[in-house]
Amino acid sequence: MVAPARRAPSIDAAMIRDWLDGVPDPEIPALSVVDLGIVREIAWREDDDGAVLSVMVTPTYSGCPAHEVIVESIRARLLEHGIERVDIQTRVAPPWTTDWISDAGRRKLERYGIAPPRALADGATPPCPACGSDDTECVSRFGSTPCKALYRCRACLEPFDYFKCH
Amino acid sequence: MHDATRDAALFEYLLRLGDNALVLAQRLTEWCGHGPALEEDIALSNVGLDLLGQARYWLTLAGQVEGAGRDEDALAFRRDTIDFRNALIVELPRGDFARTTARQFLFDHWHLLTLERLARSDDERIAGGAAKAVKEVRYHVERSNEWICLLGDGTAESHERIQRAIEDLWPYTGELFESDDVSTRLARAGVAVDPAGLHPVWDDAVSRVIDGASLQRPADTFAHSGGFRGVHTEHLGYLLAEMQFLQRAYPEATW
Repeated sequence: MVAPARRAPSIDAAMIRDWLDGVPDPEIPALSVVDLGIVREIAWREDDDGAVLSVMVTPTYSGCPAHEVIVESIRARLLEHGIERVDIQTRVAPPWTTDWISDAGRRKLERYGIAPPRALADGATPPCPACGSDDTECVSRFGSTPCKALYRCRACLEPFDYFKCH
Repeated sequence: MHDATRDAALFEYLLRLGDNALVLAQRLTEWCGHGPALEEDIALSNVGLDLLGQARYWLTLAGQVEGAGRDEDALAFRRDTIDFRNALIVELPRGDFARTTARQFLFDHWHLLTLERLARSDDERIAGGAAKAVKEVRYHVERSNEWICLLGDGTAESHERIQRAIEDLWPYTGELFESDDVSTRLARAGVAVDPAGLHPVWDDAVSRVIDGASLQRPADTFAHSGGFRGVHTEHLGYLLAEMQFLQRAYPEATW
């Protein structure tokens, strides 16, 4: 007997990645999980019941409270596109780094008012995402989430979050 | 080949890593809503959150190594004091901000050295977890160092309080560097770190910061010990009573 043709495995990983680019990070909704660089692998495999889509996710910080929500959002988005059999796995090694945030993601962060991560010389501070001034100061090493630090601009006086290099 | 004795040692060792992080996370989050400034309130909770995430990783792995069907929740919420393997320093009451800062500083430096070594463990599960955690802990160390300087070089009162906190906690630091059968066996197998070897490196690092903050490194007198064997201070029981209440009162509760 010939097994019925299955549509799912014909959907290539790039298209699925595009779909996941519509899944926002719950704490920084300006960024998608793809922008954030936490979706590491998308691949089809076969088991006894047919095709399974395997998605490998690497969490940002160990204690990131958004991780479970992200996993469920990915599952929901794939279901919307008719992919029911999904195996989402969490992988910690190699550890996530802010280097994995895409260029598009960095631009979105800046527009959203969060200074994107960048290599800073000793004593240097990130430029203000509101007015662009370099005259900024650190207020606290942690902002509203573990991945951010709190800064203040001395030029326009706006406080802002800085996405820490990690 | 499956090595039951080595797995038993690894289970003990993973409990030490997990329980240190879990109990200190619980102490740090006691500050939530009570920090001296909003920014520090958030920072303390965020450091606690990092540690809680690390605890989940180590305790999940401990449960897998034990192979008795216990997951992270069973290990965190269904063990009593005698089965906890954290060092005594992390269970001590949070005290004032100086005491919390001093504890964090002394612990962070030990934690960083330990994780840096564990990131090179021959057991890739341990190496992977440590490589992730070490990036978080490096940041904790920087924050703690800054606070030691700020308090040491701050007002006469902040100077006196941080000095006293370091003196009170110093006798609890020795335990972190005690080697025993568990650590020696695993270190020899390339899986874990021999803590005794880290002591001089730690002493150099913390002494430099203490000295730079115009503070005095306390003299070595004696070291409290017992946490790694399950012999705890009275404080751990109260902490667990609060942390475990819900799962004890409503076993298997989910929401």
